[in-house]
Amino acid sequence: MNNVWAVCKKEVKSYFTSPIAYVAITVFLVLSGFFFQSLMWWFNTQSMQMARNPQYYQQLNINQMVYSPLFHNISIVLLLMIPLITMRLFADEKRIKTDELLYTSPISINQIILGKYFASLLVLLAMLCLNGLLSLFTFAFGNPELVPILNGYLGLFLMGAAFMAIGIFFSSLTENQIVAAVLTFGALLLFWILNWASYSAAGMWRDVLNYLSFFQHFDDMTRGILDTTDLVYYFSMVFFGLFLTHSVIQSRRWR
Amino acid sequence: MIEVEHLTKKYGDLEAVRNLSFKVEEGKIWGLLGPNAAGKTTTMRILTGYLPATDGKAVVAGFDVFEQPNDVKKIIGYLPEVVPLYPDMTVNEYLSFVAEIKQIPASERNKALQKAIETAGLEVVRRRLIKNISRGFKQRVGIAQALIHDPQVLILDEPTIGLDPAQIIEIRQLIRSLKGERTIMLSTHILAEVTQTCDGVVIIRDGHLMASGSLDELTASVKDKERMSIKLKSGGEELIPHFMTIPGAEKVSMKDDEFEFEWSSDKDIREDIAKFCVQKDLGLVEMKPQVMSIEDLYLKIVSGDVVQ
Repeated sequence: MNNVWAVCKKEVKSYFTSPIAYVAITVFLVLSGFFFQSLMWWFNTQSMQMARNPQYYQQLNINQMVYSPLFHNISIVLLLMIPLITMRLFADEKRIKTDELLYTSPISINQIILGKYFASLLVLLAMLCLNGLLSLFTFAFGNPELVPILNGYLGLFLMGAAFMAIGIFFSSLTENQIVAAVLTFGALLLFWILNWASYSAAGMWRDVLNYLSFFQHFDDMTRGILDTTDLVYYFSMVFFGLFLTHSVIQSRRWR
Repeated sequence: MIEVEHLTKKYGDLEAVRNLSFKVEEGKIWGLLGPNAAGKTTTMRILTGYLPATDGKAVVAGFDVFEQPNDVKKIIGYLPEVVPLYPDMTVNEYLSFVAEIKQIPASERNKALQKAIETAGLEVVRRRLIKNISRGFKQRVGIAQALIHDPQVLILDEPTIGLDPAQIIEIRQLIRSLKGERTIMLSTHILAEVTQTCDGVVIIRDGHLMASGSLDELTASVKDKERMSIKLKSGGEELIPHFMTIPGAEKVSMKDDEFEFEWSSDKDIREDIAKFCVQKDLGLVEMKPQVMSIEDLYLKIVSGDVVQ
């Protein structure tokens, strides 16, 4: 565990001594803040219009009308940002040949992978926490339900964690960061839109494609539903990504 | 301390190291000498556990490199050919990260860091970013990184490459000062490095072992033929057949205006040569012994003249 922590600390430091983390977090906050603001504005105008009609007014729900679409928008921003956060993790070590230091030190490959992975999760956590501060306004001036919001953020975190695991895998494949980012982005987008194909598929294929799609599992969580199927899906994606990373590193050395 | 037996490494069809066996004695500096692409880096990478071997066995300080890699990694300090530095860290940050992953207990880390910085002479740059320090200092940081966990065995891959002559001398002195409690193996393609810093040498070419042993042993082994050259006031190639009549002379050749004699070392014919010249009144003005140096041996090995 000490070794994982040592690697993690080093990665976090390097995220925050280079501009990467600052740029990623800032851009993320600007975009997600913009979505939040415009959804709130829309919700406000809706509220004012419906104030005249008490029956409709009762049905206004800030969780459904602001948070649910907000989480969807944020998930798209994450899809764009996460490849840029994970791309350097292994690719850069290989490019500047520091992998030789790591692999000749008495720490295991798993410890190296976990250390790097946790560091990238910390960046994700920082993004989501800072974005979560915006909810202070909704709680100050309205009365949204807390649990579905937390559930939505948990969904974002789990999906981001799955994205990160896939990103780290592509980073281990190449020593070129751009190649790693493009491959990650392509793979994530493909997983995202897999359920489109399910419209035309039939029978078992339809279920398989639906199950594999990020979108399907995320949609539940934005609406406040916490289903173990979704948790299992995200955890298996993380495990799969990290396992592939381990295999790639191991096989590179045996070649 | 380091024992390598029948080591073979293949990259696909390319055999980088073929059936290599050698031994390095404890507390000595050993050079791994060979032209470029001889398999030096591959051999060192196998010893440090970075690469697995295709076949063979390597033992460092009693631990098998393939069976007990973690034990071996703990007692080896390794400076790769490209120094593994993180440009955005300061020297201090970098060395404390290395101290952590080399499993130095937290309570001893500061002491180890301080000692490594002093040994490598990094006091003046310890708070600077690695990307801003000179090539010579980067090399020193690399050596400090290899030393920080006080390893019994140091493996240095081309430690002086790319440095200016003054820096090369400094690094060589640094390496010599580390000798004693540590066994050091360094690779190089420069022979002078071996004769100036090392106690022994392993010479490889195309992944094959060409020669190995202490410098004294090797110099002795190339001395089975004695050589001498003489200079005469006049006379040329026509004299060679006459010289060949001297009993014991195995080879006589002309090089510039000097004659070179070669004979086997069990019988000294220098006196006979002198007598012959005086009797024939050839105007002998100079006689000098020619010692076959390790340099000649290396050149012959590299050019492919000698096969062990």
